[in-house]
Amino acid sequence: MQEMIQRAKALLESGQVSRVLGWKKGETEFDVEPAFFDTAESLDGLFYNAFCGANLSKYLIEAGKKEGKTLVFLKPCDSYSYNQLLREHRVEREKAYIIGIGCKGKLTVNKIPFDGILSVQGADYPDYSENLTVETLYGTKHISYKEAMLERCHVCKGKEHVVYDELLGESQDTVDAERFAQVTALEAMAPEERFAFFQAELSKCIRCNACRNVCPACSCRKCVFDSTAFDSAQKANTTSFEEKMFHVIRAFHVAGRCTDCGECSRVCPQGIPLHLFNRKFIKDINTIYGDYQAGADLESKAPLTSFRTDDAEPGVGRG
Amino acid sequence: MMHECTCFPGFAHDVLVPQVGIITDIREETPDVKTFRVNAPGGGKLFEHLPGQCAMLCLPGVSEAMFSITSSPTNREYQEFSIKRCGELTNQLHSLQVGDEILIRGPYGNHFPVETELKGKNLLFIAGGIGLAPLRSVINYVLDNRDNYGTVDILYGSRSADDLVRRDEMETVWAKAKDVNVYMTIDRPQEGWEGHVGFVPAYLKEVGFDTNKVALLCGPPIMIKFCLQALEEMGFSKEQVYTTLELRMKCGIGKCGRCNIGTKYVCKDGPVFRFDQVDALPNEY
Amino acid sequence: MFRIQRENLPGLYAAIAAESDLFLPVKAAGKTNYALWSPECQPDLDTLKTVKSPKDVFFPQSENLYTCQRDAGKLSVTPEKHRDTPFVVLGMKACDVRAVAVLDKVFLSAPVDTYYAARREMGTIVSLACGKPEASCFCGTFGIDCAAPEGDVATWLTEDFLYWNPQSEKGTALTGKLTALLEPCGEETVAREKDGIHAICQRLPLKELSLSNWGAEAARKNFDSPIWEELYHPCLACGTCTFVCPTCQCYDIKDFDTGSGVQRYRCWDSCMYSDFTMMAAGNNRTSQMQRFRQRFMHKLAYFPANYDGMFSCVGCGRCVDKCPSHLNIVKVIKAFEKEGK
Repeated sequence: MQEMIQRAKALLESGQVSRVLGWKKGETEFDVEPAFFDTAESLDGLFYNAFCGANLSKYLIEAGKKEGKTLVFLKPCDSYSYNQLLREHRVEREKAYIIGIGCKGKLTVNKIPFDGILSVQGADYPDYSENLTVETLYGTKHISYKEAMLERCHVCKGKEHVVYDELLGESQDTVDAERFAQVTALEAMAPEERFAFFQAELSKCIRCNACRNVCPACSCRKCVFDSTAFDSAQKANTTSFEEKMFHVIRAFHVAGRCTDCGECSRVCPQGIPLHLFNRKFIKDINTIYGDYQAGADLESKAPLTSFRTDDAEPGVGRG
Repeated sequence: MMHECTCFPGFAHDVLVPQVGIITDIREETPDVKTFRVNAPGGGKLFEHLPGQCAMLCLPGVSEAMFSITSSPTNREYQEFSIKRCGELTNQLHSLQVGDEILIRGPYGNHFPVETELKGKNLLFIAGGIGLAPLRSVINYVLDNRDNYGTVDILYGSRSADDLVRRDEMETVWAKAKDVNVYMTIDRPQEGWEGHVGFVPAYLKEVGFDTNKVALLCGPPIMIKFCLQALEEMGFSKEQVYTTLELRMKCGIGKCGRCNIGTKYVCKDGPVFRFDQVDALPNEY
Repeated sequence: MFRIQRENLPGLYAAIAAESDLFLPVKAAGKTNYALWSPECQPDLDTLKTVKSPKDVFFPQSENLYTCQRDAGKLSVTPEKHRDTPFVVLGMKACDVRAVAVLDKVFLSAPVDTYYAARREMGTIVSLACGKPEASCFCGTFGIDCAAPEGDVATWLTEDFLYWNPQSEKGTALTGKLTALLEPCGEETVAREKDGIHAICQRLPLKELSLSNWGAEAARKNFDSPIWEELYHPCLACGTCTFVCPTCQCYDIKDFDTGSGVQRYRCWDSCMYSDFTMMAAGNNRTSQMQRFRQRFMHKLAYFPANYDGMFSCVGCGRCVDKCPSHLNIVKVIKAFEKEGK
């Protein structure tokens, strides 16, 4: 972490960047907040540990409107989102100085099932502990690093950054599950069973819009769900139809552009596995149009926004 | 107007439930302002109000918004709303015909203190554009109770002669009433206009009023800002100047939070404020 | 004081539900939220905090106000009926019960919101003491005692029993209907429980949180502080904090054309949303900093100024747990604490 601070200070003081976007620590190791730093002094508060799951790329849309460059620390998965934002012309490359920061898997306190958590020891970077010590109001508990890891880290796309100005810090492979296993299991269910599963999950939805607001693919200035121009009950959680449609519609809107960064599921206060919709679309796109990873590069043609005469017709040619 | 709710004795219909009103007259004031006359479907007024109060007009399926009642409560036959076309709801309102029905609920908000602080005083009304609407209810109230008030000066300006709201009422009724002076101005010279040319704040300074008055000021924010400055230069204190604030309102009863500014709710504690009260509010209006 | 064995609780729920709707914390798809009891549901009194607060039972996330019909050019308005059947909400924690008092101040002040008033009339609150407070709890800062919650009936859950103590006329009336299931008992166990809970509260990390720089006097002062610029940046303007908060009460009123009549409904809204104060003439809060500031100034300064010092926060800690960017009211309170020094 000291290296991060030193490097950030050097870049800021040299005038190469006007501000730094990273994280700062709140009360505890798991209370980490995305933060902007404007002065070298404030950079002493720059923080990075295993709880820094937030994808910082979306903040660059607003930061890019300010004077000068923003130094941003992007994890490998965040860098895909940044590339995708570049492809969509939501950010300009010259406005960001990207340090590709290493990652050994990110944790969430939502996966630590103890009451009264006061602190979590062993979640540092780069030296973490395989076995985390969790101090709680009701005694000391333990949980493995892997068990507390975010779902997306178990199916990590890879620890190589796809866009950066320099690299810092080592990474470690964290994959121990097959990326589309959950989707395949759902596909194998009988329709009623699958419907019941999603109905149970989505009926928890409170329409808080955290998933939409954190998603780098959702950057419309005027979201269709905020529009008064059409007649659906936006905002109002009136019927179960309504909140199911919100998620399905949103999944369609980001299909082909979603990089599978997993932020939607991380932020959902009700723990709805929203990533399953997006991953289903990714699996289908891979099957129908060939393997495609949004945000991997800037040149390849996105399957849903380009047409080839040999494109599969929907409903035809699927195994 | 609330009547007994039959499903739950003891509760009247909720204040958020409107009445049906019928448009009995529409008058085109300017290219984008129309005055609508509203009555109860069976005739008569829907409710009573005090000068400065507002009501929520609703077109079912479109939306609802707060409008000041421009007619005076002394008008026993009907109520009027002068509405400028500037958004979705107002556009649809402008396409209504005489005989159409709309939904109304009110009255909401506080009112100009016509029976207390303003009584017996000399009054200076300063308005710009559609800002005349709320002040008109006070002017007509004052003229219908003429002996209760001192001299009346009305300074009114608009972009052009075609944008002067209630111009004929101003020239034929107000200007001719006892101890009433009317000063009209338009922003830029226009063929056929013989009157004063210049912005309202500048005209205000030009005429120069003595400070033995209470001023009521209503119009676009920029006009209010410069008029207040002019009044202060002329020696008026903030306690002598009233205005109306406008913020987005939905419930009209100080609960939904939209028009909350500082400790006040514009729909309930306003829209009428004195300038020393406005000063006490946080600077976000 | 009464008590009932934990294993007999299903019978208690069934008995209450036989006479009136019963709402209580129910576990579904891995999370616990308030829901209508049914014999198949999974009641969960052990999870301390539900994701969504129980404010829904008095102030639903959306409700119809009236329906408007158009017939040959004539309009007619049919108001929605008020709730006229009783219900019980069980398992409310002290913070959530106090939050109802905050909502009362708004909805029951003139002009009374009759839909809310009808639900308050029909509702009986059975509260539950907090056996295991969380690190994110700070109800004590607002003078709330989580070991002795308000409510029509207060209850305490131990390993074997649920202790039940009516605290009002409504509570006594409800207790009277359940005498077959509740056995009278002494007060000692509950007294011990309370002591145990108070001891835990002494160890809570947020117990020293001070409101010294907030309150009615702050209504003018804190608005102009440069601290807001420093605090608001990570805010995503998502509205999660408003939706999980038990005291937030801002709402929107909208129309829904069903095809055979227009339903005018109201639904929860958030002052954090960019179009909250937008009107045809403009918007008086155009930056997220202004909206962020408004939410906390309202809760910590304007509300106390209007309601005799009562804060519009009850220290439940849901915003601390759920904000995607880890912003919360504690950070705001603390940032101003430092400023005052």
